[in-house]
Amino acid sequence: MAPAFAPTLYKVPEDLPLDSGQSLSGAEIAYETYGTLNEAKSNAILICHALTGDQYVASEHPITGKPGWWERMVGPGKPIDTDRFHVICANVIGSCLGSTGPKSLAPDGKPYAMRFPVITIRDMVRGTVALLDGLGIEKLHGVVGGSMGGMQALSLAANWPERAERVLVIASTARHSAQNIAFHEVGRQAIMADPAWADGDYYGNEGNGPEAGLSVARMAAHITYLSEEGLTEKFGRRLQDRESKSFGFDADFQVESYLRYQGSGFTQRFDANSYLYITRAMDYFDIAEEHGGKLADAFAGTTSRFCLVSFDTDWLYPTAESRHVVHALNSTRAKVSFVELSANAGHDSFLLPHDQLDRVVGGFLNG
Amino acid sequence: MADLRFDLAVIAEQLHGQAGKTVLDVGCGDGALMAVLRDNCAIDARGIEIDAELVEKCVSRGLSVVQGDANRDLADYPDNAFDYTVLGQTLQTSARPDKTLEELLRVSRTAFISFPNFAHWRTRSALLFGGRMPITRALPVSWYETENIHHVTVEDFRSLVKEKGARIERRWFFSGGKEIGTPGANWRAEFGLFQVSR
Repeated sequence: MAPAFAPTLYKVPEDLPLDSGQSLSGAEIAYETYGTLNEAKSNAILICHALTGDQYVASEHPITGKPGWWERMVGPGKPIDTDRFHVICANVIGSCLGSTGPKSLAPDGKPYAMRFPVITIRDMVRGTVALLDGLGIEKLHGVVGGSMGGMQALSLAANWPERAERVLVIASTARHSAQNIAFHEVGRQAIMADPAWADGDYYGNEGNGPEAGLSVARMAAHITYLSEEGLTEKFGRRLQDRESKSFGFDADFQVESYLRYQGSGFTQRFDANSYLYITRAMDYFDIAEEHGGKLADAFAGTTSRFCLVSFDTDWLYPTAESRHVVHALNSTRAKVSFVELSANAGHDSFLLPHDQLDRVVGGFLNG
Repeated sequence: MADLRFDLAVIAEQLHGQAGKTVLDVGCGDGALMAVLRDNCAIDARGIEIDAELVEKCVSRGLSVVQGDANRDLADYPDNAFDYTVLGQTLQTSARPDKTLEELLRVSRTAFISFPNFAHWRTRSALLFGGRMPITRALPVSWYETENIHHVTVEDFRSLVKEKGARIERRWFFSGGKEIGTPGANWRAEFGLFQVSR
């Protein structure tokens, strides 16, 4: 099914310690870079990807053949300008595009599957920091991320405060809410209820993994990335390729057809176990909890400049979550900017064309 | 500092030579004052602005500005977080100017506050002789669409400061965009600027 692809890999020389108390030995980090690193190694920007994202931020996806997921933002002359900056994007550990995850082979030569240790967002960032060490980049010009990428950016700023001069967090949060966890649990249960999941041990069953469950998980999650307004505008109650309702359970409505398409397309490029592990990492995410219960303490003494951006129709990580972070940063007297942008596409707005977002991103990174 | 609005230019002059001090500009607009404070005075300036497009302008100038409503979001800042706060021609738009003043003096030792003086003779005569809500050079917007929901005079402000147990350290008055003397300010000044401390 998936054509062989050869990601650029960095092998972490030491065991990677994990928040669970376990460690990962021989971890590999798959990454892509764009633009030239200057001699002082001072023009690097790290972009952190979202839940189902990957390192192909501005280049063709090797499996789907689609353009990079943020190509409109990253490239020559774009807001994250690769003529000026050396952009690094790494696949998070636990994922499935080349970095070590449940699909990878364990030391015993068999896929980890559910033997892969449960990881956290901070563990992902540990992996990325190990990569930066390997690349000899002491201090990033900036770290940028949307959604789960924003969580990594915040985690980097909280736990490795010396590593980034600028921290840009878009449509994100410092903790997963009960609602966030609830939606993820629906997704995980859909995967685990699929008999083909086989307790995660499906890698030998050529093409017979839990595609149905993963597809449902993606469908449910996809709804949370959109807004009611956006769905209504895009689909309304319009029917799909038919004049009238079928009085059956076909995808009568365009919105159903769209979700099914999103779900099945997703299974082509993503591993179900990775979906379980990464959603778990997001659910465990609470920066305040990591720092004695007070979010401000996580950022005490930081000298980084922060910028947070939210979207008014994002109900997954609503503006209040960004404000919560801004409040904490203010109380530590950190340099912080915040803006709520208007967009009707909900959480996904950060990936879509938005002139104001472009200006904020470009302005913040150049300022 | 020639490009700054008259009241902001005076504030920039006052803060010149105070490198390293911290300032919170409440209702900072496009960040004109903050940029001058940063570039010419080496002052660490932060801002609050309600308008997203203006915040975006500030961010693209490399300024640290939080989109927010001073009526609500000043509460997020710790006591004495800044050396100075600035409230430029915004007091009269505040939901509770008295509470705003208290908040400014809580988050900073000293506040610079400017506002259009509703007791200026043009305003008085428009109301007295015209019998209508004044539309003047300093207050150019009709009563039904103005953001100025709490008109205030120089004398009102003086007594508010006194009531709050604060003190006016310095004051400046303006007419036609130029500084004028203190005598008869409540009649003659279109705008007042006050440096207030606890």
